[in-house]
Amino acid sequence: MSKRLELSNLTDEQVAAEMSRLTRRSFAIGFAAALAGGAGVTWLATRSNKDGLPWPLRKVLEFNEQVAETIYSPSRLAPEFPHERMAEPRVNGTVGLHESPSIDNEVIKVTGHVDRAIPMEAIRKLPAREMTTEFKCVEGWSQIVRWKGVPLADFLEKFGAASKYVGLSTPSESNHGGGNSERYFVGFDRASAVHPQTLLCYEMNGQPLTAAHGAPLRLISTVKYGYKCIKRVGIIEVTDRRPDDYWALRGYDWYAGL
Amino acid sequence: MKRIVHKHPRPTRWMHWFNVPLLFGMIWSGLLIYWANDVYAIRLGTWTLFPFFPSWFYRALSIDHRLAEGMAWHFALMWLFVLNGIAYVLYTFVSGEWRHLLPNRNSFREACMVVLHDLGLSKVEPPPRKFNGAQQFAYTSVILMGGGSALTGLAIYKPVQFAWLTQAFGGYEWARLLHFALTIGYVLFFVVHISQVIKTGWNNFRAMVTGYEVVASEKPTHE
Repeated sequence: MSKRLELSNLTDEQVAAEMSRLTRRSFAIGFAAALAGGAGVTWLATRSNKDGLPWPLRKVLEFNEQVAETIYSPSRLAPEFPHERMAEPRVNGTVGLHESPSIDNEVIKVTGHVDRAIPMEAIRKLPAREMTTEFKCVEGWSQIVRWKGVPLADFLEKFGAASKYVGLSTPSESNHGGGNSERYFVGFDRASAVHPQTLLCYEMNGQPLTAAHGAPLRLISTVKYGYKCIKRVGIIEVTDRRPDDYWALRGYDWYAGL
Repeated sequence: MKRIVHKHPRPTRWMHWFNVPLLFGMIWSGLLIYWANDVYAIRLGTWTLFPFFPSWFYRALSIDHRLAEGMAWHFALMWLFVLNGIAYVLYTFVSGEWRHLLPNRNSFREACMVVLHDLGLSKVEPPPRKFNGAQQFAYTSVILMGGGSALTGLAIYKPVQFAWLTQAFGGYEWARLLHFALTIGYVLFFVVHISQVIKTGWNNFRAMVTGYEVVASEKPTHE
């Protein structure tokens, strides 16, 4: 069918016949395209699971991660807010918080390329940074909170080693038991771990951290969603093997970068 | 005497129809995400006129507890949605189709006339051009909304890397609200669009599928 048809003199019957032909053809193509699309989506949704997602979707998240790492710049900071706007964030997760902390005598283990035990005391002696930033939960809510702690970059420089990744975990080594006695763990790419707004915090809104918010030490990073901001840090692993991540094993994005 | 007239170019039709399942997928996966923090409602003072969304709505569509799945689909389909949108805008400009679509200085008055006519308040028929003033406003707006969705989406997807953009929308929470409001906008657009297509009839609808429409006049109605 070309535009020439418009110029030719067709009888009304010929017009009707030609339009039915065009209509049949276009609807057949449309129907085939819809079928192909439907088949594609069905195929995609029924692929074997990789960590809680059909693997092609997991692949897309990994592709998005590469794009995000390409555009990532450590000099871009999350905006800070006036202190007056700070408020208590919701307590959203309790996984790994079963062991009551012994606040002052707590020791943070550094594993992987090194094997050290760092007392809380030594961490408190490092230069602290304070920031009032917007905590963002993957669920969609956010809350302005004031944090005080040591940049993870400084901690790693003093007590860690060069590595591609940093894994953080609650103290318990065990994965058994389920519920609150489960271990919680997160994985960080090095670039996000050493972002100036990635802190090992011991104060929230001007008060020492409470147990529910991860005392004695929790991670806060403005470049990650809250599920990466592990409470009750017990073990910090400097490693070149990409560490597992509690929620990334359950269908969420491993990178979760903001 | 009847004649067959070319109306919608093939790329326009393909991109239009490709966008249908794409936008549906974006809205669907967006709902799975929104459920996890469903704080918006139309309120009059303290009285909630309509919550987004009532629990029967989530139950009927099985939307609850599917945040991770929703995010995975949303962040996969977003590429296709944005690429299709960019391709459409580029094509529309390069092909000159924009001349039919962009509102001009008469469009506003004409759009008002069309609205009055469609509400049964005026007997003046809409002009028989390819797109009347109301259509020009509607189709141009919905493309701008698409751009708005992409930008507010980016503002809440990467609020630190694109902090300037997030700030431009009034911060993270405002950007999220705008992103949601635009989606409601598509639903309203959809309702009006579908009613108008049904009202206008088969010949008009068929033109969006085949590219051709049948007209009664000797003279082509456009071009």
